[in-house]
Amino acid sequence: MNRATLDLWVGIFVTIGLGSLLFLALKVGNLASNNVGETYRLEAKFDNIGGLKVRGAVKSAGVVVGRVTQIQLDPEAFVAVVSMHIDHRYKFPRDTFATINTSGLLGEQYVGFEVGGETQMLKDGDLVKKTQSAVVLEKLISQFMFNKASEDNGGSKK
Amino acid sequence: MPNSSKPSPFTDKLVQFLTRLGHNFTSRIWRLGFASRFFLAILLLSGTALRRFHLTIREIYFTGVLSLIIILVSGLFVGMVLGLQGYDTLQRYGSSEALGVLVSLSLVRELGPVVSALLFASRAGSAITAEIGLMKATEQLSAMEMMAVNPIARVVAPRFWAGVVSMPMLAALFSAMGIFGGYLVGVQLIGVDEGSFWSQMQASVDFREDIVNGIIKSCVFGIIISWIAVFEGYDAEPTAEGVSGATTRTVVTSSLAVLAADFVLTAFMFRGA
Repeated sequence: MNRATLDLWVGIFVTIGLGSLLFLALKVGNLASNNVGETYRLEAKFDNIGGLKVRGAVKSAGVVVGRVTQIQLDPEAFVAVVSMHIDHRYKFPRDTFATINTSGLLGEQYVGFEVGGETQMLKDGDLVKKTQSAVVLEKLISQFMFNKASEDNGGSKK
Repeated sequence: MPNSSKPSPFTDKLVQFLTRLGHNFTSRIWRLGFASRFFLAILLLSGTALRRFHLTIREIYFTGVLSLIIILVSGLFVGMVLGLQGYDTLQRYGSSEALGVLVSLSLVRELGPVVSALLFASRAGSAITAEIGLMKATEQLSAMEMMAVNPIARVVAPRFWAGVVSMPMLAALFSAMGIFGGYLVGVQLIGVDEGSFWSQMQASVDFREDIVNGIIKSCVFGIIISWIAVFEGYDAEPTAEGVSGATTRTVVTSSLAVLAADFVLTAFMFRGA
């Protein structure tokens, strides 16, 4: 086989190899949606973050507006401090309410912003003051069970 | 001292056994040392392979382009099987929309790099070993040395680099083809919702964490397989039997090395973040 044909085939090979990498990066991965450009940082303190993870989504009205970048434990107050990077296009009022929600019954957890009515907006490095912790399913179930048990007056206890 | 100088047959056998054991052990260590020195020599002598790049391109054709068919077809089938099996398990929990996540994560993180590396070792690695081994058996390597051409620079280094370049491309192709296969079976055949198939996949596959780590894996596998293949060829006994033994050793050793390295890399990369 002469050199030109060889070069052609190797060129095709490299092209489709890089093409599939591009496919993986853009279509399969979230490279395109992750780099939304400029972001600003917000913090929020939660009593319990449940299963929230770094890189988890921050959503407002169901739209992804940012990502969780850091989760730490405040060593004095023993609450979780969640840092988030929010897309600079979206501004939220000072009295925004941050909650930890679960997408579906077994889905992953995300931070949800419920927007308040104040006119002043949150700035870079601000703290979201009003928060609500994650709903821990086990606690709910055990509360339900204890209520049931006390209703039954110990009749069905083993 | 007539009694002590005459060894019993039992001790004789024992000594023979220990000698053989020790010889096997030291020869293995010796080979490992030679292989490491050989690896260094390839790196030092790869100037020719880069300067006369058409040598490497020729080898990329033989290792990469000719492996395309097997990689693409097996990627497609692996993805289709993942689609069927994944759907069967996921629909029990009522979350068949997560099929895209399952197919893409398992392909990008594990199956893509590992299965394509195993295929590459048996398709291209064995061919490299056989070729270099035969060159040695027919004294082509010695002839080159006579003409003051270093066979490591002229023959070994281009094949090594061709393997290193081809492997990540083949792994990416395998993953992409597998995801396409999963899409065919999951969306077109079974009827999982197309929108949630892709959007859930995009939501949970991260570029840095999953795709780049997969590429790093396949690069490491490429280095391992190419190194073992060229070394076994270069070190082969210059007989027909020696070359066939070296070819078998290439496939066995590089498959085991890929799986072991995969464990180590996975332990580093995905420590349950």
